[in-house]
Amino acid sequence: MAETITSAKCNALIIGGSAGSLDVLLEIFPGLNADLNFPIILVTHRKSGNESLLSDLLQSRTTLRVAEVEEKERILAGKVYIAPADYHLLIEEDKTFSLDYSEKINYSRPSIDVTFQSAAEVFKSGLVCILLSGSNADGVEGLKAVNNFGGKVVIQNPDTALMPYMPLQAVTNIEDSVVLDATEMADFINKLID
Amino acid sequence: MINEAIDNEQLEILLNDVLENHGYDFLEYSHASIKRRISRLYALDNFVSFAEFRYTIKSDKQYFKRFLEEITVNVTEMFRDPSFYRALRNEVLPVLGTYPFIRIWVAGCSTGEEAYSLAIVLKELNLLHKSLIYATDINPLVLEKAKKGMFPLNYLKQYSENYLQSDGSKDFSTYYTANYSLAKFDESLSGKMIFSTHNLVSDHSFNEFQLILCRNVLIYFDKDLQHKVFNLFDSSIEKLGYLALGSKESLDFWPRAKEYRRIKTEKIWRKL
Ligand SMILES: C[S@@+](CC[C@H](N)C(=O)[O-])C[C@H]1O[C@@H](n2cnc3c(N)ncnc32)[C@H](O)[C@@H]1O
Repeated sequence: MAETITSAKCNALIIGGSAGSLDVLLEIFPGLNADLNFPIILVTHRKSGNESLLSDLLQSRTTLRVAEVEEKERILAGKVYIAPADYHLLIEEDKTFSLDYSEKINYSRPSIDVTFQSAAEVFKSGLVCILLSGSNADGVEGLKAVNNFGGKVVIQNPDTALMPYMPLQAVTNIEDSVVLDATEMADFINKLID
Repeated sequence: MINEAIDNEQLEILLNDVLENHGYDFLEYSHASIKRRISRLYALDNFVSFAEFRYTIKSDKQYFKRFLEEITVNVTEMFRDPSFYRALRNEVLPVLGTYPFIRIWVAGCSTGEEAYSLAIVLKELNLLHKSLIYATDINPLVLEKAKKGMFPLNYLKQYSENYLQSDGSKDFSTYYTANYSLAKFDESLSGKMIFSTHNLVSDHSFNEFQLILCRNVLIYFDKDLQHKVFNLFDSSIEKLGYLALGSKESLDFWPRAKEYRRIKTEKIWRKL
């Protein structure tokens, strides 16, 4: 299965995570190639307040540009975008970002489901989504949409996740997926470069 | 919600119907967000076909009211972004306090939490008596709620924390009386508010203000529409007046942004 994934073209990579996902991101980022030809979009559950903390942490571990999403910003290859706290993050048909302050989904804003779903419709088979550690079921519905639109699904191995509930829900409910340990992910992402 | 309930083509058809039959223009709203709202409504109300959905929206006036209420996002909070209210309290309103009379427009006020927060700050600065807050929204239902000034009691803990973080120093509970599950805010606050429907897309400027707040509304508009609305605000703000936007919104790419100067780190601009 991994074969078909690495041979397809990736137009966007979205990583969703909740409790326990920061460690995984810190593991992935130092290993990423500097010449990624697709954008990476991060949707993680966190408190508003210390806005720049996550982007600073990640920026210190990669030469890729890391920044919080600006409303209506154009999505560019080789950049890392972070969903701002307390807004849902949506993808427009013209490959720009929109923010949305509607009801929380799965007690979360940003909700991973919302971004996965919206991106699935836009990037279709060019989308790769990774779901990491977490203790609620956000992301699973979104991954179904990603599958339906021909995108690829990667799930963190629940056995090695700090909070296995979220990836376990995904593994149980998603038919077509690849399961990886955190230590395998940077390599996997680098192989998406074409 | 797994498959696209409504695709882009159908969205276009619906929005054109709405404009033609009801006079509301949503064509320049951000597609991703309005599509999500409409798909959600389609699922929520158990429509079986797009044709049925389209026909109902087009011809059923009562249903269109519901449509309008459901596709606008009315989520709001009191003292949302405490640092924003701190800047209003410490920098903006004291300047406006030197004027004999203060006119403020809260555009896209939703159920009123923002207008009541503002009124509380004005009251504490001893400016409320000479202020008037015009609070407007496209959705008539939220304005009915805003007029009542009653908010769910279970949110008040969060609101009073926000208030304290915004440099509020009174006992927040003195501003409302608890009534079952609702907190009814003091009528001295709503006494200084005028509520009215106003559509930022199609309605014109109706007064001149020293301060306009329009927060978390423009994220739903595409860039061109945002710029049209900035022009509307520009023709509604006095020289040296202020414009306040949501924490993720910006005046930056508007061609006439140079005529405004931003206040430090907040999303507040002053007209030069
Ligand atoms: C997310 S709420 C923001 C409420 C508040 N300003 C805040 O920041 O908490 C957005 C509001 O904008 C209103 N709105 C949407 N389109 C509008 C339009 N064309 N004209 C006026 N108000 C509009 C909606 O009805 C909704 O109440």
